[in-house]
Amino acid sequence: MSAIAASGRRGGKSRLGWNLLGLLVFVTAGFPVYWMLNTAFKPAKDAIDPDPSLLPTGLTLTNFRRALDIADFWGPVGRSLVVSLTVVVIGIFVGLLAALAISRFAFRGRKVVIVGILAVQMVPLVAMIIPVFLLLNDLGQYDKLSGLIVTYLTFILPFTVWTLRGFIVNIPRELEEAAMVDGCSRTGAFLRVVFPLLAPGLVATSVYGFIQAWNEYLYALMLMSQQNQTATVWLGNFTTKHGTEYAPMMAGSTMMAVPIVVLFLLVQRKMAAGLTAGAVKG
Amino acid sequence: MSAADTTTPAKVPPPRPAPPPDVPEQPRQKRPSAIAAAPWALLAPCLLILVLVMGYPLVRLVTLSFQTFGQSQLWGFKPAESAGFANFTKVLGDSGFWAVVLRTIVFAAGSVIFTMVVGMLIALLLQRVSGWVKTLVNIALVASWGMPIIVATTVFKWLFDSDYGVFNALLSKLPGVDMIGHNWFASGPEGLLVIMLLVVWGAVPFVVITLGAGLTQVPKELEEAARLDGAGAWGVFRHVTLPILKPIIVMLTTLSVIWDMGVFPQVFVMRNGHPESEFQLLTTYSYDQAFMRNDYGQGSAIALITVVLLLGVVAVYMRQMLKIGEVE
Repeated sequence: MSAIAASGRRGGKSRLGWNLLGLLVFVTAGFPVYWMLNTAFKPAKDAIDPDPSLLPTGLTLTNFRRALDIADFWGPVGRSLVVSLTVVVIGIFVGLLAALAISRFAFRGRKVVIVGILAVQMVPLVAMIIPVFLLLNDLGQYDKLSGLIVTYLTFILPFTVWTLRGFIVNIPRELEEAAMVDGCSRTGAFLRVVFPLLAPGLVATSVYGFIQAWNEYLYALMLMSQQNQTATVWLGNFTTKHGTEYAPMMAGSTMMAVPIVVLFLLVQRKMAAGLTAGAVKG
Repeated sequence: MSAADTTTPAKVPPPRPAPPPDVPEQPRQKRPSAIAAAPWALLAPCLLILVLVMGYPLVRLVTLSFQTFGQSQLWGFKPAESAGFANFTKVLGDSGFWAVVLRTIVFAAGSVIFTMVVGMLIALLLQRVSGWVKTLVNIALVASWGMPIIVATTVFKWLFDSDYGVFNALLSKLPGVDMIGHNWFASGPEGLLVIMLLVVWGAVPFVVITLGAGLTQVPKELEEAARLDGAGAWGVFRHVTLPILKPIIVMLTTLSVIWDMGVFPQVFVMRNGHPESEFQLLTTYSYDQAFMRNDYGQGSAIALITVVLLLGVVAVYMRQMLKIGEVE
């Protein structure tokens, strides 16, 4: 009894120290995001102050207007949307079929397929850019959205298969078997039992895949011309060409980041759980 | 392994022997061949796409690295010629290349160690703080995790701007320090340190959250028992927590190595699309050789060397993933 009380008291005292340390982590980790928002909304002249005020100095939207004026913003956003959505739809559909095969069927060569899909995920995109560029060039797909979509499947598809596999194996096989005993066909059991349970995982995987496609920079830079640039390249060009207009640059960053961060917040918990499920038991 | 493969199919049929009586016999007889074909039919679209968009370019990467392939081949004026090992001997004989390899390894190793240590410390810290602090830290972490790399790079470029960057302004507030106007990118090592900070800032949240999930699975009784046996905080961590977390740590470390060896946009955008030679990493170096100097053969050779360098790490990662997969 006294031992428990003592340890409790000690915990209470030292908790203050830990909390302070925790707040320090909060401030450090959050500062770049805060500073982006702070700069984006402050008058441009306050941004070029050698001794900047750490607190907001005013609220203005002129930086956003300037960012939208510098180069066409909505065109790139539209292209990014088209590419990301198409990639996700194809990726989820094709990926789900493959994930079902490797998680619900035992067949000769299953292990080889799993190893292959894992290995493919590990090839750095940068290593692939030269042959992909030459291939699309030969096929007349350079500077075409369709070429970019096909290229994005190289990283979205293995990711989708592997993540969905993780969600499927967490659905007890017995549920399906029970449905099949009750007279469902294999397809029926999947559609009525597995699919509803899998739906949240499917949504999370789609959103995460969308984010990945949306954020891709290198392929978009190399495979599309200036006129057909995507949203990330828009920001990259902004940074490299108008790098001295800090406040509009941060306004552009904010427009790029906020929707993505919000989407990410929505699915993050689900994804993290799927990724680590069973890892400790290994 | 193979035993598991052969025992699982036996598990699938059992529910079948007792089907509703009105089910016709036919489908049952067809099943063996249907069962064998079904997974491949499901896999076919995926494998087809992967072979086309991934397999072919990979093969092309290898063949390219053994060819002379420049501007005239790109435009189709001249056919690609076999170059034998010329690209490799040229690359490997270049002292500049070895400087890049060394720089990449130091950069990646530094980033990985930095990420893992900071991530572990924050994960452990989060177990000791009050609920509201934990929530705050988690919000900051997830927000920074979700930031697109290109946005994060732009923001860091602004933070570390020599004249108006807030980092220099804050440093200059310290007594006796005047950093206003200090250009962090004037020298390679200092600039790469800033880029490393950017990489670590983006990578730590994933490590913290994954390790945090792992830490909740460390049995409290084991820690208690160790403490009763006289182990200090470090002893408990070293002998109880660490061994249990080892699979996660191996997975996170190998993933981080793969990601940090592949860092590209951070350097590329930070240096305005033209990284100076003392900023070159293997990725940007390969890009430079191919697209700036129009030597696609040599660029491919460098990319291939990078992939080969990574193979060992990838093997460790895959072993770990497969182990996890088997448990499931």
